[in-house]
Amino acid sequence: MQTILIGVGILSGISAVLAIVISLCSIKLRVWEDPRIDEIVAMLPGANCGACGFPGCRGLAEQIVLRRAKPASCTVSSEDGRESIAAFLGIDAGEAQKRVARLLCAGGTDVAQRRVEYRGVESCAAALAVSGGGKACSWGCVGMADCAVACSFDAIYMSRTGLPLVDPDMCTACGDCVSACPQGLFTILPLEAHLLVQCKSLLEGVVATAACAVACNACGRCAADAEPGLITMQMGGRLPVIDYDLVHLESIEAIKRCPTGAIAWVEGAQFAGMDEPSARLGS
Amino acid sequence: MRSTFRHGVHPPDSKALTAAVPLRRMPYAAEVVLPLRQHAGKPARPVVRVGDRVQRGDVLAEADGFVSSPVHASAAGVVKAIGLWPHPDGTLSDAIRIAVDPFNPQIPRPRMVPDWNGLTPPEVVKAVQDAGVVGLGGAAFPTHVKLAPPKDIHLESLIVNGAECEPYLTTDHRTMVEYPERVHFGVRIMMRALGVKRAVIGVERNKPDAIERLRATLPPDLDVIILPLTVKYPQGAEKMLIHAVTGREVPSGKLPMNVGVVVQNVGSIATIAEVFETGLPLVERIVTVSGPGVRRPSNLIIPVGTKVRDILEFCGGVSADATEVVLGGPMMGTAQPNLDVPVTKGTTGVIVLTRRDTPRFETLPCIRCGSCLEACPVFLNPSMLGLHAQAGRYEEMESMHLADCMLCGACSYVCPSAIPLSQMFALSKTALKKARSKVVA
Repeated sequence: MQTILIGVGILSGISAVLAIVISLCSIKLRVWEDPRIDEIVAMLPGANCGACGFPGCRGLAEQIVLRRAKPASCTVSSEDGRESIAAFLGIDAGEAQKRVARLLCAGGTDVAQRRVEYRGVESCAAALAVSGGGKACSWGCVGMADCAVACSFDAIYMSRTGLPLVDPDMCTACGDCVSACPQGLFTILPLEAHLLVQCKSLLEGVVATAACAVACNACGRCAADAEPGLITMQMGGRLPVIDYDLVHLESIEAIKRCPTGAIAWVEGAQFAGMDEPSARLGS
Repeated sequence: MRSTFRHGVHPPDSKALTAAVPLRRMPYAAEVVLPLRQHAGKPARPVVRVGDRVQRGDVLAEADGFVSSPVHASAAGVVKAIGLWPHPDGTLSDAIRIAVDPFNPQIPRPRMVPDWNGLTPPEVVKAVQDAGVVGLGGAAFPTHVKLAPPKDIHLESLIVNGAECEPYLTTDHRTMVEYPERVHFGVRIMMRALGVKRAVIGVERNKPDAIERLRATLPPDLDVIILPLTVKYPQGAEKMLIHAVTGREVPSGKLPMNVGVVVQNVGSIATIAEVFETGLPLVERIVTVSGPGVRRPSNLIIPVGTKVRDILEFCGGVSADATEVVLGGPMMGTAQPNLDVPVTKGTTGVIVLTRRDTPRFETLPCIRCGSCLEACPVFLNPSMLGLHAQAGRYEEMESMHLADCMLCGACSYVCPSAIPLSQMFALSKTALKKARSKVVA
């Protein structure tokens, strides 16, 4: 009996001492954290997509509290959500510039030449690892939906012609498709930017259009017709590149003489009205 | 000597189509296309301009660094264009196109033939690089790099790879039967350059005439063993061959020179001999044109850069039911999407397969039968690796020694569920390389 009591006594003693040490530490070493951060995290969508440029929703919340970021940085929140955060902190919600993912290829199976039948792992990256995919163009969309699988917001679905269509309302510009595409065909652009070169082919002239009817044949008309400096022929004069810093200079003049339709004027959804979604992936 | 390795598969060797067909020289096509990237390592740098007139054997592009190889004109003519052209790997890649002069006798400019006996090993390395010699067994690794081992490496022997384990291919076979003296001369030069006293030529037993010819012509002063090997795929893989010949295993992530040997393909050896016999750089190679879909299966000496279309035309065209043209062997070669691709220095064969050889398999789930584990020559677990690959868990694959996989395709060959394992591994390797380059950048 006594042995047990000694044991209990010693252990109680040790735990009492440790309890005091811990409680002292928690007072002495306390790190004050702004309670508003937790409140704001609760108001953010919790997608942790990283589209704001900060490490997850909590990272953005910390920056908002420190006034280093505006609530508008969150592209996933609704207008109401952003306003409520702004009202909670008594600050301005900021201008939200809506940005979306744009595809730099228009070569669906209806216009792009197919050179072989590909059999193997159903993935763009896998098809490229073997012999460059089934299409005649080496730069174009492979059409096996690596981007649609990667998208966590169900914003990408494949069209009947095998091109990924981005729903601008669902797209949060998180950039997952940009890193998923093995051809590097996605880019994140402001919704207000309308001019878009929907081709990355470095071929020229009839060689380019033989591979794909909507390929850029490097004629340079768009660069000549646009405001000086907006569009320049790069990659050795083989591809027009739009300087989006000068996007305020853009006008529909630039696309009027394009012989193939490789440069497009996009409002809202890309390839709008091209066709109905064949199937929504993910969900 | 055990004459084989453990595991492996036994595909039908299908070599009877061309094994006894003597070598023929293919006439020059109207145009040859020479990609700047025909070897492992950095692409060559062009030194000619459009419109330049070149003779056979002239340098078109020079090596860019040590692990690179120059490209020489394989025919006399005029440089027509320098630009993108379909490459056997499926992409478009920079290439020099030469319009062949039909009235040119195709005699190379007179040149100095280096006296191999008077050269120091570094001079031999230089001569081999300048001749643009790369591994002719398929991987096209620059040969001179293997001739210049680091100082702390002690080399014991040279192993000459005459296994030729890929089905259909008979290029090395014909080289050994028709040019055995050249093989021996090449071995002599290589042994001197490497400073080794011993050499072994490994030949699979399905080539008895090659073994006999090599033995009959062996000079008495040359210490070379001609070793018959068991017929099994992938017997010609470098590390498998070393195991078969020496019984040693090359450790994971190490090179053959770490176990004291250097392996060279028999075709490369013969080419080196040719360089020191005639002074002519690597401008032509032996290619097997075979398969059930080709009308006249042949072994041809072809100028590098000749288009596959021209080669098939020369061999009587393809049969009506031909479905697939493969460059290299059917196990590791790549199916070609475009017949305008040129034969490069690393192309061992042009194989035309028919509908019967390329049935459509439906990929079924893995049934954990373990056939792939029995087949894998480097003792990996392809079944487990395949599951990881499907889930995109590439880091875990790396810790399961994906780097040791040489994409021989033995696992895909035996898989009863027709899972494209080796394609998945190729993809995983690319993904890992991409991820690593991002970390560095």
